Amino acid sequence: MKILVVDDFSTMRRIIKNLLRDLGFNNTQEADDGLTALPKLQAGDFDFLVTDWNMPGMQGIDLLKAVRADAKLSKLPVLMVTAEAKKEQIIEAAQAGVNGYIVKPFTAATLKEKIDKIFERIEASKG
Amino acid sequence: MNNTTICSSASLESAKKLVVLIESGDEAAAFDILEELSAIRESSLFQDLGKLTRDLHNTINGFQLDSKISSMTEHDIPDAKERLNYVISMTESAANKTLTSIEASMPISDELQQRVEKLYVSWGRFRKRDMAVDEFRTLNNEIDEFFKWLMENIPNLHSNLSDIMMAQGFQDLTGQIIRRVITLVQEVEESLVGLIRITGQKKTQSSQPQEHDRKEVYLSGPVVPGIDKGDVVSGQDDVDDLLSSLGF
Repeated sequence: MKILVVDDFSTMRRIIKNLLRDLGFNNTQEADDGLTALPKLQAGDFDFLVTDWNMPGMQGIDLLKAVRADAKLSKLPVLMVTAEAKKEQIIEAAQAGVNGYIVKPFTAATLKEKIDKIFERIEASKG
Repeated sequence: MNNTTICSSASLESAKKLVVLIESGDEAAAFDILEELSAIRESSLFQDLGKLTRDLHNTINGFQLDSKISSMTEHDIPDAKERLNYVISMTESAANKTLTSIEASMPISDELQQRVEKLYVSWGRFRKRDMAVDEFRTLNNEIDEFFKWLMENIPNLHSNLSDIMMAQGFQDLTGQIIRRVITLVQEVEESLVGLIRITGQKKTQSSQPQEHDRKEVYLSGPVVPGIDKGDVVSGQDDVDDLLSSLGF
C-alpha cells in the first residue's frame, strides 16, 4: 500500500510516517502542501492520502476537493489529520467526501482505529 | 485658475481695468472682467472645500484605525498572550512527557545490558564446555527468565518510544499558534504606521487599513483552552459523534 502524507510541518510528517510504519505501512511519501501533493497523486499510484488542512499554498480541504473532482483519483481514501476543530469545518470536510477526520493532538491508537475503519468500509463496499 | 486668492496682483490689475471699463461705459468688457474675478473667487472656494474634505476623510480614517487598534488592545493582544501562554504549557508538557518516557526507558535499557552481559559470560563458558550440569540447569532457567523479561519489557520500551514521538506533535501545534500571533503583530504594526501617517498629516495615496487575510479567521488552528469556545469540538470523541450524527 502506497501512502502520501501531506503536512506543512516536517515534524508532523515524520510522526505520521513513523506511526504508519508501526502499523505495517512502509511505502510512504511526503508533500508539504496541496500544490506539491496533487501532481504526486496524479503521477503515482497512491492507495491512501493522509492530509493536514491548514497549509500554505493549497489547503487540505481544497486538495480533498481536487482529488474528488479528478476522475482518476476520485475514489482515493482520504484521512484528514488537522488541528482545525470547528464543527462547520468538520461538516465541510464530510460533505467534500473525506473518509476520516482526526483532530490534533491525536494518539497512535486513534490513527490505527481510523485507518482500520476506512479500509474495513472499503472492503465492505467491494462486497 | 491657478490663482487661488482674490487679493493678488492679478486681481488688482483686473479690478483697475474694471474701473476704467465702467468709466468708459464698455459694458460687455466690464462683464468679462467681473466673470474673471468671480471665477478666481470660486476656485479658491473649491480648494478650501477640497482641503476640508481631505481633512474629514483623514479624520474618519483615523477613527477607524483608532477603533481597530483599541479592539486589538482590548481583545487581540490579551488573546495573543493567552495563546503564547498555551504555547509555553504545551512545550512544557511535551518536554515532561518526553522526559518521563526516557526515565521509564533508561532502567529497561540498563537492565537489558546487565542481563545480556551476565548471560554472555555463562554462554561463553557453556560453549567452551567449561560448565557443570547443575550450572547449566541454572543457565537454562536464567535464559528462560530472560526471554520472559524481554517479552514483558520490550513492548514497554516500544510504547515509551512511541510516546516520545507523539509528544513531538507540539512543534506543529505551537508553530501554528505562533504564526497567528506573528500575523497579529504585523497587523498592529501596520495600524500603528497608518495612524502615524494620518496624525502626521502626510498625504498618502491610500492610508486605508489593509483588509487582512480572511482565511486566518476561518482557519482557527489548534484549539486554545480559555480562548476558543463555542462551535469547536473538544476532542476526537466529539469529532466522531458529530460525524456519526451526519450518518458517517
